[in-house]
Amino acid sequence: MNPALRLRDPAAAPRLLLTVCVIVLLWPGFSLTEFDPASLFEERSRATIVKFVGTFFPLETSREFLGLVLKSTFETLAIATAGMAFAILIGWPLALVVTRSLSISRIGPGPGRVAGHSVRVPARFALMFFRSIPEVVWALLFVRAVGLGPAAGVLAIGVTYGGMLGKVYSEILESNDTRPVTALLETGGGRIAAFCYGMWPVALPELVSYSVYRWECAVRASVIMGFVGAGGLGQQMELSMRMLNGGEVSTILLTFLLLVVMADAVSALLRKVTS
Amino acid sequence: MRAAHWGVIAGLIAAVWASFAYLALDLVQLLSPEAQVQMWKYVVSFFPPDVSADYLRRVGQGTLETIAISAVGTALAAVLGLLLALPAAGRFGAVPRAIARLVLNFLRSIPELVWAALMVIAAGLGPFAGTLALAWHTTGVTGRLFAETLENTPSEPASALRLAGSPASLAFLYGTMPNVVPQLIAYTLYRWEINIRMAAILGVVGAGGLGQMLYFSLSLFQQPQAMTVIIAMLILVVIVDGASAWLRKRLAG
Repeated sequence: MNPALRLRDPAAAPRLLLTVCVIVLLWPGFSLTEFDPASLFEERSRATIVKFVGTFFPLETSREFLGLVLKSTFETLAIATAGMAFAILIGWPLALVVTRSLSISRIGPGPGRVAGHSVRVPARFALMFFRSIPEVVWALLFVRAVGLGPAAGVLAIGVTYGGMLGKVYSEILESNDTRPVTALLETGGGRIAAFCYGMWPVALPELVSYSVYRWECAVRASVIMGFVGAGGLGQQMELSMRMLNGGEVSTILLTFLLLVVMADAVSALLRKVTS
Repeated sequence: MRAAHWGVIAGLIAAVWASFAYLALDLVQLLSPEAQVQMWKYVVSFFPPDVSADYLRRVGQGTLETIAISAVGTALAAVLGLLLALPAAGRFGAVPRAIARLVLNFLRSIPELVWAALMVIAAGLGPFAGTLALAWHTTGVTGRLFAETLENTPSEPASALRLAGSPASLAFLYGTMPNVVPQLIAYTLYRWEINIRMAAILGVVGAGGLGQMLYFSLSLFQQPQAMTVIIAMLILVVIVDGASAWLRKRLAG
């Protein structure tokens, strides 16, 4: 075989071009992010890291500290649960408002058209606003407004997850068969009645399973929000990190992992029972 | 089944009640008229947002920094993820496979924000800490996704090359890679999308970008400046959402 022919790779040029393009695009990023791996190995920072990581083991297991961790764990679970209760209170009514199939003015021309529109558009906007600002930012704002502690976490989860639930609930309601509810509305049923008898029975399992999944996310989120002072396990972890107490940090990290696994199992069980 | 349903409902109500009781949340105090006035004053103090040219330029700089953190973090994670995916897909035997999977699970199960707090200790305040934090967590995610892709790809092309006498490395590059590269790129872009949103908030623990600006301005009680940063975050999120939805539609259709 001709050796020159054997080594020819028809895709080499485009592949090379693509790689060069990516590198050229990424290049300014390295300076923007002050990318400097060498700084990790400077004498001073290396001493801090080695000292900090060295204290990760053994885990801190004093009775007093474990009691504190247990208390924070319960607090985290309570923040997630109370936050979800708030989120449902916020998201549920807004979902009913923005669901198109539940609109009476949609059926035909009538006096309610402008009124319906003037409620539905702000509701849609509110949902988008609630969920587009990340929960950590909401937590940061609420910590400034109501003070350090779990109340800020509960409110932050309530607002962010309220926005998400409202959107997803209304999507679930729309994605099911909407003919029963249309029939009820067209024969003169009220919105609430049409929802209760035309949508609720069909959509319930899906709504419950999504809410349970969101609760699981809320557990994780409430740990993270603790870092900005919204209570629970995260706040405890932030304190231990600030004191460079590695043993405490690793105990809390382990607790966090166990908590996530457990929330996973509980949510799987709940979804199985309710479906 | 009915009884089970009622049991679940009763359990949920009890759980919510217990949560409020445990947190000792004083709803009456939280919703009292004085608290409402306070809250309203706080909300009003955010308006109007600071739109002076100088501050807008700084916010623009922060936005660029956020995008750079996410892009570099994701790129690093794609490279590291691929390196770890090879052993994790069982290319070098059972023991390296188990070890690589353990490492990936560990990297993945620690949230980005916790990594960021750790990296701020290691690398100091600033965007470099955020980049490293995103890179660690995302390596755990992409490594696992890449490993699954490698495991699921047909082995015939590589086997054919091996049987024709090519070395293992070339068989991998020319027999396996062309099949998996589109999937790897898709996963990387998908994580990049998530990481842009993440990079915007990592700064609240001091890891650079828009989050750090927000944290500073809130700490200094400069609410108008904070509002500008929040608006920038909102715009960034909406643009990323829109772009990804548009791209997905185009690529699918």
